[in-house]
Amino acid sequence: MISLQDFSYRYPGQQHFALQQLNLEIKAGQFCGFIGANGAGKSTLCYALSGFAPHFFRGEVRGRAWLGKKNISDLSLADLAGEVGLVFQNAFNQISGARFTVRGEIAFGLENLGLARRRIVTRVDEVLALMDLADLADRSPYELSGGQQQRVAIASILAMQPKVLVLDEPVSQLDPHGTQAVFKIIEMISQRGDTTVVLVEHKLEWLAAYADRVIVLDHGRLVMDGTARAVLASADLVKLGIGRTLYSEAADLARNKKLVSAPSHLPVTLNQAQALFQ
Amino acid sequence: MKVKVERVSFVYHSGVRALDSIDLAISSGETVAIVGENGAGKTTLVKLINGLLRPTAGRVWVGNWDTKDFTTAQLATRVGFLFQNPDEQLFERSVEREVAFGPRNLGFSEAKVKAKTRRALQQVGLLDKAQVNPYDMQPFERKLLALASTLAMDTPVLVFDEPSIGQDAAGRRRIQRILAGLHKLDRTLLLISHDLDFCAQVATRAVVMAGGRLLADGPISKVFSQTELLAQAAVSPPQMVRLAQRLKLPGAPLTPRQFVHTYSAWRNRRKRT
Repeated sequence: MISLQDFSYRYPGQQHFALQQLNLEIKAGQFCGFIGANGAGKSTLCYALSGFAPHFFRGEVRGRAWLGKKNISDLSLADLAGEVGLVFQNAFNQISGARFTVRGEIAFGLENLGLARRRIVTRVDEVLALMDLADLADRSPYELSGGQQQRVAIASILAMQPKVLVLDEPVSQLDPHGTQAVFKIIEMISQRGDTTVVLVEHKLEWLAAYADRVIVLDHGRLVMDGTARAVLASADLVKLGIGRTLYSEAADLARNKKLVSAPSHLPVTLNQAQALFQ
Repeated sequence: MKVKVERVSFVYHSGVRALDSIDLAISSGETVAIVGENGAGKTTLVKLINGLLRPTAGRVWVGNWDTKDFTTAQLATRVGFLFQNPDEQLFERSVEREVAFGPRNLGFSEAKVKAKTRRALQQVGLLDKAQVNPYDMQPFERKLLALASTLAMDTPVLVFDEPSIGQDAAGRRRIQRILAGLHKLDRTLLLISHDLDFCAQVATRAVVMAGGRLLADGPISKVFSQTELLAQAAVSPPQMVRLAQRLKLPGAPLTPRQFVHTYSAWRNRRKRT
């Protein structure tokens, strides 16, 4: 579904390329997590996949980014809006300011896609229920807490039913139960098989539990790519400034004290840690 | 400096009752984590402490000041506030001007403003970006800049609303070090966070909120081990507590180091019996 070939991107006025010679393929239905230290290029990759780079930010592109058989650089942002949905890191920046209610905000994207009114109403109601926003439907998006705004931002994109769902730290302001609910919804969407999910996240334990695949960026380059367990258990993550899950940290400490036998992979989830220490 | 909240209720203009008769006393030099689900009233509570909001009923004391008798500007000399969204507090043309704004408005001499600005930028690691426009920075840097602006005001009470959002491992460690340094200086610290593992590293006391009320208040290891109580506030215990509970280990280890210590002691006891 997504294919990058020697893809590089440089913001206007910058000397360095924020993304450098990326080569990767993400299949439809895959739930792919991206991790990296701050400044590694994760958000820029989100912008590149959704066309904001270069169409909004301008700048220089080298190589190719394919969405199916179409080159993203050749598509307009309007063309891309129906195909790729981007949930912004800062939900506040995503709110259109053009609608007075949460319901109107979620409908805004659908109106711009030209859907019939009846379909818009149905989809908005579905997403309000899915994201547990029905009680807030008639409130102004600007009166909501950070966490509530984040759920509205996700709902606005889910309503558009994009083929590629790109989420840049979508749960940073949500409480743990809200975070779990969002991850379950994203997992359900990806398991339907026709939506590709690209998710940037610092909280490794959530990717460990939900992502099929994890890709590591470092200074704009792809440096690791594999299953969630294989990548997240790697000792190299510490050197890359990403850190590791607390389960891996505890297992590593226990291994050094010879309290547990050396596992082939350090645990990255609660269940894996329980199995090691049991 | 002490902070005291006495029978405080707060109702927004929309009619939403965000706080319902809250009592909370925080001693000078304490680091208190405030946790709870979205909409529990955490941010409303701390906005009453720095005067951005005023109680509908009850009183809020910052030291010997009843907040109803002081302006927000006056309260800013006692309470520093790091907003959840840094974009709500940044407005200057350069990083240096942004950080200097607070101490300058508190009436410090230019030499002191310069020294405080430099020190705060050094603490958050942004000294080399002093002349950069804040809006040319990445979101995680803007959060650190907002933190520097709060630190530069050198207030006895500091409120941090989700300080670790968007930070990588190095950024989280840096913020942990800054909070530990402030604790040593006897500052009173209030920390709102959904990240209980982060709270466990820096706070000694935890307050759990749900539906505008306090559900629990006590030593952090005691509060964070009460799974059922935390569930009422839509909060999960820290990862190490969850692991210890699965293994039926005694106690509530909050960090990997504490967990390994508990596990080692439990294993030795089991071997002996």
